[in-house]
This record gives sequence, structure tokens and C-alpha cells, in this order.
Amino acid sequence: MSTAAAPLVRRHGPRTKPLLAPAVSALLVWMVVPLAMTLWFSLQHYNLLSPGKRAFAGFYNYRYLLTGRALWVAMGNTLLLVGLVLAITLALGTLLASLLDREFPGRNICRLLVIAPFFMMPTVSALIWKNMLMNPVFGMFAWITRSLGLGTVDFFGSMPLAAIVVIVAWEWTPFAVLILLPALQSLNPELREAARLDGAGPVALFRHIELPHLLRPMAVVAMIETIFFLSLFAEIYVTTGGGPGLASTNLAYLIFRDALFDWDVGGASAGGVFAIVLANIVALFLMRIVGRNLEDLP
Amino acid sequence: MRTTRWSRLALAAVGWAAALIIFFPILWMFLTSFKTEITAVATPPAVLFRPTLENYAAVLRRADYVQFALNSVVVSLGATLLALALAIPAAYAMAFFPTRRTKDILLWMLSTRMLPAVGVLVPIYLLWRTFGLLDTRIGLVLIDSVSVLPIVVWMLFSYFREVPPQILEASRMDGASQREELLFVLLPLSTPGIAATALLSIILCWNEAFWSLNLTTVKAATLTAFTASFADPEGLFWAKLSAASTLAIAPVLIFGWVSQRQLVRGLSFGAVK
Repeated sequence: MSTAAAPLVRRHGPRTKPLLAPAVSALLVWMVVPLAMTLWFSLQHYNLLSPGKRAFAGFYNYRYLLTGRALWVAMGNTLLLVGLVLAITLALGTLLASLLDREFPGRNICRLLVIAPFFMMPTVSALIWKNMLMNPVFGMFAWITRSLGLGTVDFFGSMPLAAIVVIVAWEWTPFAVLILLPALQSLNPELREAARLDGAGPVALFRHIELPHLLRPMAVVAMIETIFFLSLFAEIYVTTGGGPGLASTNLAYLIFRDALFDWDVGGASAGGVFAIVLANIVALFLMRIVGRNLEDLP
Repeated sequence: MRTTRWSRLALAAVGWAAALIIFFPILWMFLTSFKTEITAVATPPAVLFRPTLENYAAVLRRADYVQFALNSVVVSLGATLLALALAIPAAYAMAFFPTRRTKDILLWMLSTRMLPAVGVLVPIYLLWRTFGLLDTRIGLVLIDSVSVLPIVVWMLFSYFREVPPQILEASRMDGASQREELLFVLLPLSTPGIAATALLSIILCWNEAFWSLNLTTVKAATLTAFTASFADPEGLFWAKLSAASTLAIAPVLIFGWVSQRQLVRGLSFGAVK
């Protein structure tokens, strides 16, 4: 491939710049301008409710955040959300993918049903769960637990974070299946046959043949999900509003609240910088994994 | 390990049970959309009921519903077209004339996707306010298109790489300019790939919630923002919520079902071919 393309590179090399320029500059502007502004605002006393009082603040906003409780609670909630949902979606996703990989009547319809939640609007998913399933009076779950004589649970009052984890896991397990199932199906059938002839049972087959084959797609799933989960917003916005107290406030929701409730530009920007740093740590890992999928480029 | 009839049946039972449990909330929403508001909150939950189209009529009668839906259509199509216009030349250049920097550019583009939206909420809000883009479709189109751009470039890149470069070379020998080569040779050859990419982009924009909740209020609000307005606990309108939600998700769910195999490629960044 690279030898065939080599003369093309030399002949047309310079002419690719105008083709790349629009996309690259759009992304460059999108990345640099708001980022620089966030950094700049984070060093200012700047509240939209008192615009006259704008002044340089040094690291005041950072100090304020770091010494307060909200940032740490939000950071903890963010990591808990990401960690729990990742664990659930990967485990369930792998299980479901390996189930749907087997031959049974109606398998293709089951596959469509399983991946459906991924295409739902986050606001719709969250509201359906909040109202029709988890409502403590009229919800389906309340009816089930009451029929079993267990009483009812106010999910969003007593365990808001767990309730959100369940909703998000429901939305994203299908994504894991969507990626892992074709990955499993791309496994060379002769490999499985050979292992079977060597006497490997279903567990050994999964452990030694299927799982190693799935590691790379699983890593991609984990990383993409992490990007989305780090700035999870709509699900919290329509269900708990971050409460009760700070119980279900994550970093994204905290910044939103500071910015568009309190109009505290400086404080919200400092929070934004924390969110960006956190995301970059994750991105570093993702880039290394994804980079390996590009090995055939020069 | 020969699969016997019984083990096949057990497998089918487990598979169907799992699928139905996962699909249940959507099914329940769909059923509820045909109930009256009173049957919608009935305990025990009503499974048999006389279906009514009243909720759909009520939702569609609201003048603003049509506007929200139209906003969703305009924003997701507009953002997708803009993203494609920017991405097609870039993906073409990188797929057919790769240089030593191509890999870095691709990874850098993807890294912009990792910038958490909330980290730049404040500056974007203030910029949009300054330029009068708050609550406009254009404002949302701009932001949606840059946020899907990296994924669109990646997906197109992977489709373009499957087109044999010899075909493009042949057209060049025949005297085609670069523009003609791109428009009249490459695009027709990769229509399925471009269509799949466009679908993924439409789906992502259609369901985008963060920016539409924060940058729009009334005029440019999309269906995500409209459905979120049912979160206010001012009354139990589950049947209407269900009808509005069913209408909001149906197009994308159908798109997703039809194109699931193609979408995998765009979403897996080369890990699944």
C-alpha cells in the first residue's frame, strides 16, 4: 500500500493542504478560542449579574473551588458514575454480545431490540425511567415491589446516583453490544472449531479465544463511553437536578449550575478547567489505543 | 458440542427474555402513548386498554411541537451537510495522499472531540450571546457540526480507503482535475459510505442535548429540549409525554436499525472492520 502510494505523495503532496484547511481550521478555532477564553475567565472575578465588578483574580477561583466541598463531591460523583456505568455496560454488553452471537430463532429481531435504547434521546430515556418506571407512587417498579409486599422506594430521593447509573447503563449497554457483537462475529470460525476439537468448553472458549479477541474493541468502547460519561448532563438535568443537595451533582452539572444559575463566569470557568484536565488524562489513553488502528499509514 | 434442540430452545428463551427486558421501557412508552392520562397512571399498570390517538392529536395540535420538530430536522440536516462539506475534502486528501503527518492530524481531530462540552460552556455561551447566535438554528448548526466533524472525517476516511486508488489514478490519466476526480469519481463510488456517515451524524445531532438545552430557549429549541420540558413536575402527563417521545425518537430509531452495521465502523474507530 505505502509503496504504491509513494509516488502519489510526491506528485500531489502540496495540493492536499487546501483540501485539509477548512476542516483543520474549523476544529482549530473550535478548540483554541473557547479554551483560551476558559483559561482567561478562570483567572477573573466575573459575574454576569454584576458586570461592573470585573477584575483580575489570580488563582482565587481555583482556591475557592479547591477549598470548598462542592468540587470534591462533584468530582467523586463523576468518577463514581463513570466507573460504575463502565463496569456494568462492559460486563452486560459482553454477555449479551456473546449470547446474540449464538444461533437461535429470532436472533436478528432480538439484536434490534437490544440495541434500540442507544438511539433514544437522553432526555426521553431519563424521563421514561423517572416517571413510568421509577415513580414511587405510579411507577412500574413501585407496583412490582408493592405486589411483593416490599413497600416502595423513592429512587431519586434515597439513591439518586444509583438511579442515574441504572438509566445511563441502560442507554449505553446497547452501544457495547453494537460494537462487540460484530467484533465477535469477525472471529475466525476455524479458530473456534479448532479449540472445540481440542476439548474446550464454552467457558474456556470464551476465556481463551473470544475475550482476547474482544480486548481492543472493548477498550474503544470504554474510552468512547468515558468521554460521554465525563460530561453526562441531560440525564441529571431532567431527573434530579443534581440533588438532593449535591448527591447527584457531577462536574458537568456543577459547572452548568455555576454558569447559568449563578452566572459566575469565573468560578464556572475554573471548574471547566478541571473538567478539561480530567478529560485529557482519559484522552491520552484513548489516543494510544486508537493510534494502533492506524498502523498501516506511513 | 452439537447444539441439540433443547439447548437451542433454552438459548432462544434466554435471548428473547434479555431482549424483551431491555426493550421493555421503550415498549411501555409506546403502549402508554395510546392510553388516556388516567389509564397511564393506573395501578396495577394497564396492559389491556382501549387505544386512543388523542395524545398524538394533542401533541400535534400544539403549534410549537411542529416548530420543535422542524428545528430538529433543520439543525441535524444542516449540521450534517456542513460537516460533510468540510470533511469530504479532508478525508479524500488523507485517504489518497497520506503523508507522514496524516496519522497525527487524524488523532488530533479526534482529540478535539474529547474536549468536554461543559469545559467550554461559558465562553461559547458568551460568544454566542455577543454574536446574537443564542437561540438560533445557525448557532446550533455551527456547534453541532464541529462536534460531529471528527467522527465524520474518521468514518469517511475509513470508507475512502477501501476505494482502489487505481480507479482515481485512471481518471487522472484521462485528464480529470482534482475537483472532477473527487466529485465525479470518488463520490459516486462511495455513496453507501457517505450515506452511512451522514446517518450517524444525523443521529448524533438529533439526540444532542447539552447544547440545545443550554443555548436555546424557545425559537430554536429542538425536540430534546421540548421533551425535557416534561420534566417539570406540574402534573402527570405521561400519555402525552409518551406520544411526544415516540414521535421524537421514531425516525432516529428506524435510521439506527436500518444502518446498524455501517454505524459500527464509525463508532469503533477502526477496532471493528
